[in-house]
Amino acid sequence: MPKITVNGKQVSVDAEADMPLLWVLREKLGLTGSKYGCGIGICGACTVMVDGQAVRSCVVPLSSLSETTPIVTIEGLSSDNNHPLQQAWKQLDVPQCGYCQPGMIMSAVALLKDNPNPSDDDIDAGVTNICRCGTFNRVRAGIHLAAQIGKRGRSE
Amino acid sequence: MSKQRINVSRREFLIQSAAVGAGLSLGLYLPGCSDNAAPKPAPLSESGIPEVNAWVVIEPDDTVIIRIARSEMGQGTLTGLAQMVAEELECDWSKVRTEYPTPGQSLQRDRVWGSFSTGGSQGIRGSHLYVRKGGAVAREMLIQAAAEQWQVAADECIAKNSVITHTPSGQTTTFGKVASAAAELFPPEHVDLKDPKDWQLIGKPVKRLDTDDKLNGKQVFGADLVLPDMLNADIKACPVFGGKVKSFDASKVSAMPGVRKVVKVNDDAVAVIADTWWHAHQALNALPITWDKGDNANVSSASIDAMLNEGLQAKKAFLGNENGNARKAMQDAAKVVEATYHYPYQNHATMEPMNATARWTPERCEVWCPTQNGEAALEAAAEAAGLPINKCEVYKIHLGGGFGRRGAFHDFVTQAVAIAKQMPGTPVKLLWSREEDMQHGHYHPITKCKLTGGLDKNGELQSLHVRISGQSILAGVNPNWMDNGVDMFTFQGMLPGEEHGISYSVPNLLVEHAMRNPPVPPGFWRGVNINQNAIYMECFIDELAHAAGQDPLAFRRKLMKDHPKNLAVLNAVAEKAGWGTDAGEGIFRGLAVCNAFAAYVAACAEVSVNSDGQIKIHRIVAATDPGYAVNPQQIEAQVEGSFVFGLSALLYGECTIKNGGVEQTNFNNYPSMLMKEMPKVEVIVMPSGGFWGGIGEPTVAVAAPAVLNAIYAATGKRIRQIPLKHVDLKATA
Repeated sequence: MPKITVNGKQVSVDAEADMPLLWVLREKLGLTGSKYGCGIGICGACTVMVDGQAVRSCVVPLSSLSETTPIVTIEGLSSDNNHPLQQAWKQLDVPQCGYCQPGMIMSAVALLKDNPNPSDDDIDAGVTNICRCGTFNRVRAGIHLAAQIGKRGRSE
Repeated sequence: MSKQRINVSRREFLIQSAAVGAGLSLGLYLPGCSDNAAPKPAPLSESGIPEVNAWVVIEPDDTVIIRIARSEMGQGTLTGLAQMVAEELECDWSKVRTEYPTPGQSLQRDRVWGSFSTGGSQGIRGSHLYVRKGGAVAREMLIQAAAEQWQVAADECIAKNSVITHTPSGQTTTFGKVASAAAELFPPEHVDLKDPKDWQLIGKPVKRLDTDDKLNGKQVFGADLVLPDMLNADIKACPVFGGKVKSFDASKVSAMPGVRKVVKVNDDAVAVIADTWWHAHQALNALPITWDKGDNANVSSASIDAMLNEGLQAKKAFLGNENGNARKAMQDAAKVVEATYHYPYQNHATMEPMNATARWTPERCEVWCPTQNGEAALEAAAEAAGLPINKCEVYKIHLGGGFGRRGAFHDFVTQAVAIAKQMPGTPVKLLWSREEDMQHGHYHPITKCKLTGGLDKNGELQSLHVRISGQSILAGVNPNWMDNGVDMFTFQGMLPGEEHGISYSVPNLLVEHAMRNPPVPPGFWRGVNINQNAIYMECFIDELAHAAGQDPLAFRRKLMKDHPKNLAVLNAVAEKAGWGTDAGEGIFRGLAVCNAFAAYVAACAEVSVNSDGQIKIHRIVAATDPGYAVNPQQIEAQVEGSFVFGLSALLYGECTIKNGGVEQTNFNNYPSMLMKEMPKVEVIVMPSGGFWGGIGEPTVAVAAPAVLNAIYAATGKRIRQIPLKHVDLKATA
């Protein structure tokens, strides 16, 4: 049985090799925070971190993951909503319906990991998720705010 | 407005709640009058605590649970409604939680929560009176209970922040301590609602109540629901509208992993039921299905366009608005301007595709689903289940977007129940693929519009003739909602009055609709008909201003003397944007204004177009006057979001028809705008009081015309057909 490492825990998965990571997470591991939006790697609602990179998990087959490849989903971001992005999102009331937000946040996590102080252009390039409610401007403000919160956290 | 005295009669409440949903209301029976003596003991809340009244439950630890009948789909209504109940309840806002009553409970209790319909920007404006009353009644009952315990007069006691104080003696208690006693009391005969000037919580930009779980994956959407022993289904309906299933070969997929059953669903769809949705999806894609394509297999965008063109010229049309004699006045005009505009089919494309989970037995049917109208979902469930409505129940779940798709139509519920009936006792979750969602929508209707304007020798607009040709939503959704065959909603934003009124007074006006209904199902799509009508009206007014050699703002102002609220929002955006001043190198401005859903909105867009024809929308200033602003920061969020919806429609939104079905399949060929295209949006919330206007929809409509008018200012090119992805704006083009 294939094994993968999700949010720090190695788990066995009873699934075919071609099952996309998104459906492994949702239907085999009960991690439904990552959403199905398009199934073709465009909308970004399924975004998770794989080996430190933001990926569209709906187009990542289980077979492409090793036992030790670290996978982080929205459920693994923090235990108490205390990640800088979660704090910023809360402070600015970013989500509307909220369906795209786990993917949006995970894209932002990847962006901030490589670029702790992104410009608007960096955010435009790094966050390509679709939001139909229209939270983009608060997402942008949220990333800037999270960058500040992260900076404070690092200097403490 | 001063204090309002409100009688707490059930009859009055019912009539009112029935009336507010008029446009979208259901044929549900309205039970007769029941008196104030609610059945005792009082019903329990989800947590087993007796309610104070239908709207309010107070737990012993002072937690306040406020019941919300309308649906939360991102628009913030849940928080706004709770604010209104809490305003009158005088409770501690930090202790407020919410819960959804079920539509089945509501029916059992004579529809005590009023309408569940969450469309037409009605969530707040349609229920403000009775939810505030609900809070006030509960407050009075809590005070009464405290007064009885203290053996003092209730009018010597006040409630504030969940604490009741007997003013003469200074003794205090909390809501939580007297709630169970209050639950035993009869409601007061009447209550006074606060004067708006005394509101403490209404009007405050408090944070949403539903954010935390949206930040960590805990929020359960319909697509996420898991029930014990649940199976999953994926579905394909005939890709041709009106077509049916001819045959399918289940044996080809029955041995695939996880597959439990392949079922026909009604007469037009096939579903695979499997252990996981992924397995159901894989098997469905491998399933050979033969379709009976029916009568519409030759319908195409071109054939629909021909229908609409005929309607533009047709002799007969329905009348929407008229004053003076536009046709005659046109003959006397010094200059006649004429233009024809076009608005395409568009999909709602909610981020969460349609879904519902159903469990059916011969005795009972239960459905869990994201819905904009729990009562309509319940009706659909009962009909599909073949059971009386009191043997059915619907449990509402937060929506991953609604935009009108999940309100008037519960095709996904009907299907889920039809599937569950073939698997009795087992819950089955039906989730549509994005492809199914894209091709089986209830689309923004298609229309064309020919506008003719007559200017006199001074460049004053003397006559305006608007001929709309195209699809009626009401004819497609429910012809009973029409007025003698006329769909007055088609004229949204061009009507007399202040609900969906025209912004201009023109001495000779004629607005008419040649109804042409192609066989593509139309639906209410965030904003509804104001989306196309605001483009038609606002871009054409801009054309007329330029034809008259006048500034578009000055030209509008002259026509808006009798429309002070429309004028006020227009002036507000013009002033803040700096209309008439330099917008910056290569940047040009465009305006739009409208009245829809009883609110007044305007936008000024700042746009540049480079020599490659690339459009950049730099900044939008938007103003909205909704009468009362319950939560200004959520209004700002709705206004910002409205531009994403409206600009996505302008830039990309188009469903084309080929062989009787929609050609687009997913976000690769039906794109939605991205962060990099999002302009800065500055929102002016300017509630002028005295009326209640909607928030979620009106602003969508001003996005496109403001940008189109700015593009004209930038390029001299008048775009009359959207989306812009088809338009070449290169300098040499």
